[in-house]
Amino acid sequence: MARHTPLHEEHLRLGGKMVDFAGWEMPLHYGSQLDEHNRVRADAGMFDVSHMTILDLRGEGAAPFLRRLLANDIHRLAPGKALYSCMLRADGGIIDDLIVYWLGEDRYRMVVNAATHDKDLAWIQAQAQPFAVTIAERCDDALIAVQGPSARERVHAVLDDGARRAAETLDPFHATETGALFIARTGYTGEDGYEILVPAGDAAALWRALYNAGVRAAGLGARDTLRLEAGMALYGTDMDETVSPLESGLGWTVAWEPAERDFIGRQALEAKRDDPGLKKLVGLLLEGRGVLRGHQPVYWNGKEAGEITSGSFSPFLKKGIALARVDSGVEGRCEVEMRGRRLSALVVRPPFVRHGKACYKM
Amino acid sequence: MSNIPSGLKYSKSHEWVEDMGDGSVRVGITDHAQALLGDMVFVEVPENGSAVNQGEECAVVESVKAASDVYSPLTGEVIEVNESLADTPELINQDPYGAGWIMRIQLSNAAELEELLDADDYGAMLAEDEQ
Repeated sequence: MARHTPLHEEHLRLGGKMVDFAGWEMPLHYGSQLDEHNRVRADAGMFDVSHMTILDLRGEGAAPFLRRLLANDIHRLAPGKALYSCMLRADGGIIDDLIVYWLGEDRYRMVVNAATHDKDLAWIQAQAQPFAVTIAERCDDALIAVQGPSARERVHAVLDDGARRAAETLDPFHATETGALFIARTGYTGEDGYEILVPAGDAAALWRALYNAGVRAAGLGARDTLRLEAGMALYGTDMDETVSPLESGLGWTVAWEPAERDFIGRQALEAKRDDPGLKKLVGLLLEGRGVLRGHQPVYWNGKEAGEITSGSFSPFLKKGIALARVDSGVEGRCEVEMRGRRLSALVVRPPFVRHGKACYKM
Repeated sequence: MSNIPSGLKYSKSHEWVEDMGDGSVRVGITDHAQALLGDMVFVEVPENGSAVNQGEECAVVESVKAASDVYSPLTGEVIEVNESLADTPELINQDPYGAGWIMRIQLSNAAELEELLDADDYGAMLAEDEQ
């Protein structure tokens, strides 16, 4: 039996094409994925991401626990700030990627992926044993991501005075608790905007108010093409337990300092750190017409040098784009094999699109 | 409910065929097929003059979601392709039976036309698939 988010009725009312995603019935699109994508780049769109797993951590052991659990260091956080991190196995393989928010003294909130819910919870509970921390999953909320250049002003228009003032002064990658809402200036599209955690009973009213303020609904399809244009890796596709952050374009999320912080996976990563044979995650831009797809092989100087981890068509650039895991020396131009032919692609550093602007001219 | 014009013939793999009455046919993909695939972003058409065989891959349509083969409903030679699809693949979504046509084939065996489904049969097949 598929699970429904508190916004299920809203998706049906808007004609959402519903699909199964990790046991949840979610909207793939509401008619046109391309229109929804373009709307987010040009104006504002909203996504129901209530299927994601939200965990609240409390207690004096919360901070020491997170400093053990995560490859990034929450000591980089100030109150109200968000941190992106991977959670690793002892061998450095990525169990999941996540965002953690510092809510206040001994209080943190973590958002992890829906598809990895069960294994994440099992891992987190097991690792938490030695620490004075309680971990509670929040199950009675909806999470709405409102993204795009007009997203913030549209959200401000529907908030009450207190929440609006709290949101207006939020810096990027910060969050605030205001009334019954939790508002974070974060997202997964490369555009400005908010992710708003709202009690389930208030979710439909907020969704409709946003709709009436001109924010259009966007589905998981657009969410995927937007994150790919933004160069953001997707768990289960661009990374999994067989690779480390160093091979996933996420070396910047590993906090090596202070050296005495013994996070899970540290030893394994230190051993890999200077390995010249380590693969890397790069962006590919197809020079001719076509669409890049996951698992297409990549060739460099005539030799197979890796493969595409996720690919699609960039609605913004009108080009095939991809993330690919390739040998460390790959640069300049490569070839991608597609239906028996090899097509030329540029090796670039993601993102492809940021804040409504192309990062590469072709 | 998808649109199935009565004057056309259909393949089980969701191509439509319009008999031009001069030994040639026009071919495209059905409204049902385009709706399933979603927004088209790239179409690879065969080369003019290439030979196509009934039931074999002859073109590729790619939506944001996936690449999908188009199978030639008939045997013959490609005598015209829809050049507009290179810049405007969305014509297949907007007008699958008109401006979104893919290719014209000169038939080498007109009797194959009889093997195709008519609109009623194709509609019945879709209804069955949905059950």
